[in-house]
Amino acid sequence: MPKITYIDHTGKEHVVEAEPGVSVMEAAVKNMVPGIDADCGGACACATCHVYVDPAWADKVGKKEPMEESMLDFAYEPKENSRLSCQITVRKELDGLVVRLPEFQG
Amino acid sequence: MGGRMIIIGAGQAGSQAAASLRQAGFDGDIVLFGAEAELPYQRPPLSKAYLQGDLAAERLQLRPAAFYEKERIDLRLGVRVTTVNPAARIVIAEDGEEFHYDKLLLATGAPPRRLDCPGSDLPGVHYLRTIADSDALRPVLAAGGRLVIVGAGYIGLEVAASARKAGVDVTVLEMADRVLARVAGKEISAFFEALHRAHGVDLQLGAGVRAFEGNGRVEAAILDSGEKIPCSAVLVGVGARPSTRLAEEAGLTLANGVWTDDHARTSDPSIYAAGDCASCPSPIYGRRMRLESVPNALEQAKVAGANMAGGNAVYDAVPWFWSDQYDAKLQTVGVSEGADRTIVRGDRAAMKFSVWYLNGARLLAVDAINEPAAFAVAKKLVAAKAPVDAKGLADPETDLKSLVL
Ligand SMILES: Cc1cc2nc3c(=O)[nH]c(=O)nc-3n(C[C@H](O)[C@H](O)[C@H](O)COP(=O)(O)OP(=O)(O)OC[C@H]3O[C@@H](n4cnc5c(N)ncnc54)[C@H](O)[C@@H]3O)c2cc1C
Ligand code: FES
Repeated sequence: MPKITYIDHTGKEHVVEAEPGVSVMEAAVKNMVPGIDADCGGACACATCHVYVDPAWADKVGKKEPMEESMLDFAYEPKENSRLSCQITVRKELDGLVVRLPEFQG
Repeated sequence: MGGRMIIIGAGQAGSQAAASLRQAGFDGDIVLFGAEAELPYQRPPLSKAYLQGDLAAERLQLRPAAFYEKERIDLRLGVRVTTVNPAARIVIAEDGEEFHYDKLLLATGAPPRRLDCPGSDLPGVHYLRTIADSDALRPVLAAGGRLVIVGAGYIGLEVAASARKAGVDVTVLEMADRVLARVAGKEISAFFEALHRAHGVDLQLGAGVRAFEGNGRVEAAILDSGEKIPCSAVLVGVGARPSTRLAEEAGLTLANGVWTDDHARTSDPSIYAAGDCASCPSPIYGRRMRLESVPNALEQAKVAGANMAGGNAVYDAVPWFWSDQYDAKLQTVGVSEGADRTIVRGDRAAMKFSVWYLNGARLLAVDAINEPAAFAVAKKLVAAKAPVDAKGLADPETDLKSLVL
């Protein structure tokens, strides 16, 4: 199964084996990675699943939809590489993906 | 801090409250009772992706089983609590077992309001609140035929959209003269009416149901007008009733739900309430409200959990909600009741617009269709309670972001 590394705002790494087909948000929740709230459960409605995708992975994770992009505009400290993790689906090509978590969600 | 916390209701609020108790440093026993057999799960997909068969049940879980183990939360699933005795600080489960509590949380939710008319108990008449309800409804979507939906609230309309996606014929019967009459403004109602009709829904407004008929199974709905609508199944979505029986029998104050103060405390200092079952004062609107939404359940549960653990958290969250129907995502901020003016921004035909509800210069609420920027800006403006620049708002050239700076 693809491995995903979540690095929280203190620098601590959480490595998780994620089932292809679920979202990067779901993989975090299922494995109790702290720092992702996911209040809306993946509906792209809350922006509390914000992550920063490691620049090396920017192309592989794909582009954001316009809805996601405007939600991120108002997230806590959005950056160029900000994504809503509920909108990234785990695939085998994402094996090794690294994402960083912001200090706050929402 | 030690002792024992009991939570009745293992839903969105109950699960969050258990987590929040631990986050607040509570180290004693937590017992979480849930009448349903499943691990605490999210309900929104039950009328959307899960009903459409796009999600496995396991993916509805709010937290994995390992979470409750790790946090030492004694999860008692499939167990209903039948009695709360506040004098003795005891709850009694349906199997007769008694549990003493130091603090108690009522998170019992709001099950669907039932229709009581001839034929309403026929097989094939569905309600939708639980996984089991959604599982029972799914074969209806696979079988085809005509689904009659009674009530054009969010649940009714979301099921209508899911059913149309599955190719099922749909008739929606709504007593009021517009859809979503209790929760949205006229512009939003008109938008969803047109959207559903464009997707082939037979939407009948001002249509009350008098009875259901069928031979051992529902086969038709009979309208007040006498008209008969043949159908293969019925979904009733006519609102929810807060589950207050335990609170009432325990002598707690009720107010369209379990009465709480802004600390989520009920009229008994050892008992708290959160989520769909609770009515709580809103400092933003200066009045008591009972809301039915995931964000509200989460926020109130966080307040209750923190305060049960000895904290002093106050509930002052901005209410919000979302709904997905076809390609339209609605995001709502605030409560529009009391608005004396609405401003529409954006392009209705392009399905990208927002309706802003004002009272004087005060922004009360916003309904945004496929327009998350409006939603995000509105959330900040409603929370601030500050006067908004209505002129700027009405001007399509105004950059929304400039309103929050
Ligand atoms: C089909 C559907 C779609 C929805 N879509 C959305 C949406 O898109 N967005 C949104 O924000 N909200 C949505 N909601 C509303 C949202 O799900 C609720 O507001 C939320 O679940 C409320 O959480 P709660 O914990 O108060 O209640 P619940 O989640 O209902 O949990 C209450 C639990 O308590 C249990 N219980 C009750 N009494 C007892 C007892 N005596 N002993 C033991 N257990 C008991 C019940 O069995 C239930 O499991 C939707 C609801 C439904 C039904
Ligand atoms: S979980 Fe709500 S936007 Fe991702």
